[in-house]
Amino acid sequence: MTIIKPKIQILDNDHKKLIFNEAKNILKTQGVFIENQEAIELFSQQGLNYKEQRFYIPPDLVDKCLESVPNEIILYDREGKEHILLKDDQVHFDPGSAAIFILDEKTGEIREAISKDFIRFSKIVEQLNYIEAQSTALIYQDVPKDAQDWHRLFISLSNCHKPVVTGTFRKDSFSIMREILLACRLSEDDLARKPLAIFDACPSPPLKWSDLTTQSVIDAAKSMIPSEFVSMPLAGASAPIALLGSITQHCAETLVGVVIAQLAKRGAPLIWGGSPAVMDMKHGTTPMGAIETMMINIGDIEMGKFLKMPTHAYMSLSDAKIPDAQAGFEAGMGALLAGLAGINMISGPGMLDFESTQSIEKLLIDNEIIGMVKRFLQGIEDYGSPFALDILKDFGEKEELLSHPSTLKLFRKELFFPSSIIDRKTRDSWKKLGSKSARKRAREEANKLSNKTPIKPIDESLAKELKLIVSKYLR
Amino acid sequence: MSQEKFYEEISDAIVNLHEDKAIELANKAIGKNLNILNVIEEGFGAGIRRVGELWDAGEFFLPELMRGAKIMQDCLDLLIPHLQGGIERKTLGKVVIATIEGDIHSIGKTIVATMLRAYGFEVYDLGADVPAEKIIEEAIEKNVDIIGVSALLTTTMLGQKKVVEILKKRGISNKFKVILGGAPVTSKWVEECGADGYAGNAVEAVELAKSLLHI
Repeated sequence: MTIIKPKIQILDNDHKKLIFNEAKNILKTQGVFIENQEAIELFSQQGLNYKEQRFYIPPDLVDKCLESVPNEIILYDREGKEHILLKDDQVHFDPGSAAIFILDEKTGEIREAISKDFIRFSKIVEQLNYIEAQSTALIYQDVPKDAQDWHRLFISLSNCHKPVVTGTFRKDSFSIMREILLACRLSEDDLARKPLAIFDACPSPPLKWSDLTTQSVIDAAKSMIPSEFVSMPLAGASAPIALLGSITQHCAETLVGVVIAQLAKRGAPLIWGGSPAVMDMKHGTTPMGAIETMMINIGDIEMGKFLKMPTHAYMSLSDAKIPDAQAGFEAGMGALLAGLAGINMISGPGMLDFESTQSIEKLLIDNEIIGMVKRFLQGIEDYGSPFALDILKDFGEKEELLSHPSTLKLFRKELFFPSSIIDRKTRDSWKKLGSKSARKRAREEANKLSNKTPIKPIDESLAKELKLIVSKYLR
Repeated sequence: MSQEKFYEEISDAIVNLHEDKAIELANKAIGKNLNILNVIEEGFGAGIRRVGELWDAGEFFLPELMRGAKIMQDCLDLLIPHLQGGIERKTLGKVVIATIEGDIHSIGKTIVATMLRAYGFEVYDLGADVPAEKIIEEAIEKNVDIIGVSALLTTTMLGQKKVVEILKKRGISNKFKVILGGAPVTSKWVEECGADGYAGNAVEAVELAKSLLHI
């Protein structure tokens, strides 16, 4: 028995080599802007000169640092149980992270979020079958500004057992977030062995590593917590308009992260990721649903795979403002392409309006899309020939194949069963149930899911400990 | 083994879709000269009703429903000749069903026939490409309650109307309920034909047949 698996590729091997070599050449000749003190020391220790806030990184240092990057990361859940593997073409999804707004399901308006929204969001993510990781998806306004990053980690882990994609907005927050993660583990060593969170680190295009981003990568590396690089070149504005140029710039910016992390701690776990986009030349916006954005994403990922690193991308997002047809097709195309590219961690479900707005309705529709994508990626199974002949012989007698033993044996395996969010009823049944749109069906499903008992309820003593940490730092 | 236990075993065999087990139990009932009517009603009937419940709950899908119905049918074929003392099994009603003349699409019709049988109707499946007159002759001869006419093509669905027209012409339209099936059929078409109803799928068809006979 074999399985025929689908796969896409947009770069050939020759171009991957050209991109990689040029990226190294960019780092050598153009250098990278670094302002973080610890990074300056790390680079200086390598004998590199610091000129006008730039380091010029020699190619052999890049090669050396790449050698020590682990080619896989296993993420564990809150309870320390193995959850997902980021390696090769393993595909996993998490909700698009750090939205500054939420689409209110009741009013239909986009508004600022409050912590209650994120609690509900996390409870729903706990229940979703096809989204294996959570993220600190919403920024809410009812906590002090200096708690807006770390407090999300508290809420997410209090309401959902899945590993979490997160990040810092302030340098000081990392230690608080580490403390929250440590509460879920036996020791620092245990946390290093069983990572629960990924920290996003976003360099600024072109070729700038901010103090905050650099510090986050160094801190995470020291604790052996995975960092996910989210370089975001904007083709035509802060990166070349030619897609290959943008992919090359992304490669250079991301290689810097590899060097920083490996200099801070050899063997630190890293994820080759990004959130590139093309510039919309009419509206001056950064469309995540643009097909070229998706092409750059896949190119970036192919470079990550070329360098044998776990991969990440922001895909299955939409720029629509409501979960409408545009939201459906942009998320659908993105999710399928991302899946076919074999991206290990795909951030995007739920996200609308240029990564600014989370929508629970869209999140649930995206969950269905992802279910279908995963079915697609399972490929076509060859159960042995003849493929149809014997079964057709039986057809004459039975006049149907629904009750055929082969149907009964395989239909649950061969078919993906969507939830009631996907409508496949007869028109009459659909009418009888109120002629509802997918968005409306998703809204109803959200209410059901948010009231369900968690799949893995949090241990009471852990919940208490997390609350204690919060009370210590919340001013 | 108590009678209840035996019925439960039969019912489980149907729900678990164990054909061999179900046949074995049917033969055992015949061998032991049990009251076959009770065996059908409380063993096999209970099983197929549970299958229906699992379908309603979304746990069973069409292949399971059909498989359960098929096993039920095979067991009934074995058991019915052994009904004691000339007792006839009371069915929910009699149905003649066919795909109309010119149309060879039989799957939908076959599924509906299987489901109706499993739920306790006595079904005469005439197959596909059957002229309207022939369907009516069979309906009269078998003294059925319901005539089911299937069509997949917009060209052949006119034959569905013909069935109703012939019944009217012969003044016997009040003797039968006529139900229509097939992808192009709509409630508007049912009305236009003067038929009694249609269903979107096999499970709805069972419900429709029951409601037309006030069951």
